[in-house]
Amino acid sequence: MHSALNLLAQTPPQTLPARQLMAYTLASHILLVPMGVALPFITLLAHYRGLRRDDAVALQLARRWSAVMAVQFAIGIVTGTVLTFEFGLLWPGMMGRWGDVFGLGFGVEAWAFFLEAVLIAIYLYGWRRLDPKVHFWLAVPLPFAALMGAFGIIAANSWMNTPQGFTLDAQGKPVHVTVQQAVFTPMFGPEYWHFVVAMFLTAGYVVAGVYAVGWLRGRRDRYHRLGFTIPFTVAAILSPVQLVVGDAIARAVFHRQPTKFAAMEIVWNTNTHVPEYIFGRLNAGGTISGGLRIPQLDSVLAGFKPSTQVTGLTATPEADRPTPTEATLIHWTFDIMVLLGTALLLLALWYAVVWLRKRDLPQSRWFFRCAGVAGAASLICVECGWITTEVGRQPWIVYQNMRVAQAVTSTRADSVWTMLGVILALYVVLFAAFITVLRKMHHRWRIADEGLARNRPVHPPEIVTPYGPREEAGMATGPSRPAAQDGDPHG
Amino acid sequence: MAEAVAWIMLVVLAAYACAGGTDYGAGFWDLCAGGAERGERPRRLIDHAMEPVWEANNVWLIFLMIIMWTGFPPFFAAVFSAMWLPLALAVLGLVLRGGGFALRKPTRRLAQRRVYGAAFAVSSLLTPFFLGAVIGGIASGRVAPGVTASADAWSNPTSIITGLMTIGATAYLGAVFLTADAHRYQAPDLVDYFRLRAWCSLAALVVLALIGLPITHHDARFLWSRITTGAPLGLVIAGAVVALVTALLLARRALRWCRYTAVASVVLVIAAWGVAQRPYLLPTSLTVSQAAGAHHTLVWLVIVTGIAVVLVGPSLAVLYWLDTRGKLEALADSDTEQEVPPAEPA
Repeated sequence: MHSALNLLAQTPPQTLPARQLMAYTLASHILLVPMGVALPFITLLAHYRGLRRDDAVALQLARRWSAVMAVQFAIGIVTGTVLTFEFGLLWPGMMGRWGDVFGLGFGVEAWAFFLEAVLIAIYLYGWRRLDPKVHFWLAVPLPFAALMGAFGIIAANSWMNTPQGFTLDAQGKPVHVTVQQAVFTPMFGPEYWHFVVAMFLTAGYVVAGVYAVGWLRGRRDRYHRLGFTIPFTVAAILSPVQLVVGDAIARAVFHRQPTKFAAMEIVWNTNTHVPEYIFGRLNAGGTISGGLRIPQLDSVLAGFKPSTQVTGLTATPEADRPTPTEATLIHWTFDIMVLLGTALLLLALWYAVVWLRKRDLPQSRWFFRCAGVAGAASLICVECGWITTEVGRQPWIVYQNMRVAQAVTSTRADSVWTMLGVILALYVVLFAAFITVLRKMHHRWRIADEGLARNRPVHPPEIVTPYGPREEAGMATGPSRPAAQDGDPHG
Repeated sequence: MAEAVAWIMLVVLAAYACAGGTDYGAGFWDLCAGGAERGERPRRLIDHAMEPVWEANNVWLIFLMIIMWTGFPPFFAAVFSAMWLPLALAVLGLVLRGGGFALRKPTRRLAQRRVYGAAFAVSSLLTPFFLGAVIGGIASGRVAPGVTASADAWSNPTSIITGLMTIGATAYLGAVFLTADAHRYQAPDLVDYFRLRAWCSLAALVVLALIGLPITHHDARFLWSRITTGAPLGLVIAGAVVALVTALLLARRALRWCRYTAVASVVLVIAAWGVAQRPYLLPTSLTVSQAAGAHHTLVWLVIVTGIAVVLVGPSLAVLYWLDTRGKLEALADSDTEQEVPPAEPA
């Protein structure tokens, strides 16, 4: 431990920008992940309804959602590639030592992702010419590929939280690696289900939110009704599930990562009858300012009875645990996630009660106002949950085995700061352009739906662009996309 | 087992060089297509050809890195430490490229399309250069475990010539594939357009190789001595012959086969490099067996790869099969903007 303290004292200056860069790029990427994982599923629900009941409105929704998916998936690939590079650019120390212990999860993820990319290409480009049934069934494996990809990523992350499946030799190098143990770590199950449910729930609320806003603006047609009902029902069903799963992961953290749990609940000294604080700030000396104190509750939540002993932060040496500031941060993110999650559950209950009694959507404008912001709320939950798990592990990158400062690149701090600045600017532009494109698509579709399309002025130089395909005066190809040679990667 | 994983890694690298390389080449020709009016038709072909496949092609790069860090952790750490700057620039290029290409399509305004198109095209030039420079640095023995980032690791003669040759190879692949695509789309003028460019890039590659020979003789002695004898030399010669065959096939308009020969020539040269480096991953400081990760992991890596081939292979086959039958076509605005049956009030 003495050597570890020395290392801590020598935290290299590039650690801060490296952490900021990783946090920033991951925080951006994670906003796209719910859509990447769950939008295909939601789209397929609408597609299924469209085929089964010969429902043109549902088919139209599915087509438009896949047009959105096309852009969103491409942006997700870009931000995901950046993260892959960052493992090497920022954390070569971690990958160099532990890559063979926990890297296999990424291997599974990569192949699942390849499958997803191929199937999504078939789905997105199959609308026009494939037989409708064949087109639908070729896309059915998509959600499963997405679940498989999530499996790989969560396996790697949960390994960082509860590393196992190796022994250390005299030089501290991992030997005797057992892959099964390294993939199925104690935190894997709880993290995986919590994450997957969160992704489907978030995608549901985000998509439904778009139509809730339309509904509030008076567009109360069947298109908006269906566009709201399908994703909102998915999210509403999953909301109570997430309550149970979320409670289970909190207790798994209590048992498996007691220091993280102590930070989440700002528990300073190990004790029984520990009170629960809603918000509040942990000071350096262990006192707590502000916040709503509920006696006994933390012990009850952790072990179902007030006499449950909760490990405090002080049980871990100061150099090996999150700082009071970090603890306060993740206490807040954890509380925000729980509160917003509970609010979403109430919204889902509102929906369920009205539906069971009247077989109809709630009439209240307040319901749709809440539904309109539910997407943003669930995205905030995703960010908060991720901050909780990552900051709660500090100062470790591999819990109790490697510090962040030991994993960081040897590249000079100003290089990393520069890269952070460039990526920051690039992502702002990228996401702004992405949102702009989505808004334009939305606008075009609204105009088309309102029957204004025929009256729209045509500006030849703008519409007939020099880039990209044009239907009529194209390359004399006729209507079909002609045959490529078989087996080429560039057909 | 480490040897097997090293071969898988080389295969994935070759797959990325061919699949991704073709897309980079398409971007290169997009850059060179001239003004908005003059470049309209080539650009439209490029868009059409890349659309359904570029995302899947990009995944090969992600595999490559995962195999690197899972199979050979010290190798991965050494490369990313010593080659920090070119790899950082390559990743910036990847962001610009993917973002530019993805956003250009759904954008309507000409000015905006120009910006996205420029981002896509310029980064299609820079990214392969930096990736090639990294390979040049590795091949000339400038990367070793513990070496920190320095300008010499990648701004040396071998790296620069490799970077330029990478651009040349992508331009060559891109032009050959686009020639064949133009044929499929029955655009004879574009067949001639891209065929000429394929020949030019092949000529440029020959010039670069001739310049590269004396340079690498001094700068990358180990690789030079290996690649000028035995099996690697045979592979290089085979690659050159196949490239020549490609040029002849193009001349005879045998466009069915030229993409296979183009891919084969690139694969042969990459194979020559791989064989020449044996048994080193980083000549001459880190061998395959020294860098190999835990045995159990490598076994599982091979198993996972096997399962993946079983799963991904058929779906890739379906993708290409559908594509060959002309079944894949982007959603047009007329599809998403068609009127839905009378809007019933809810």
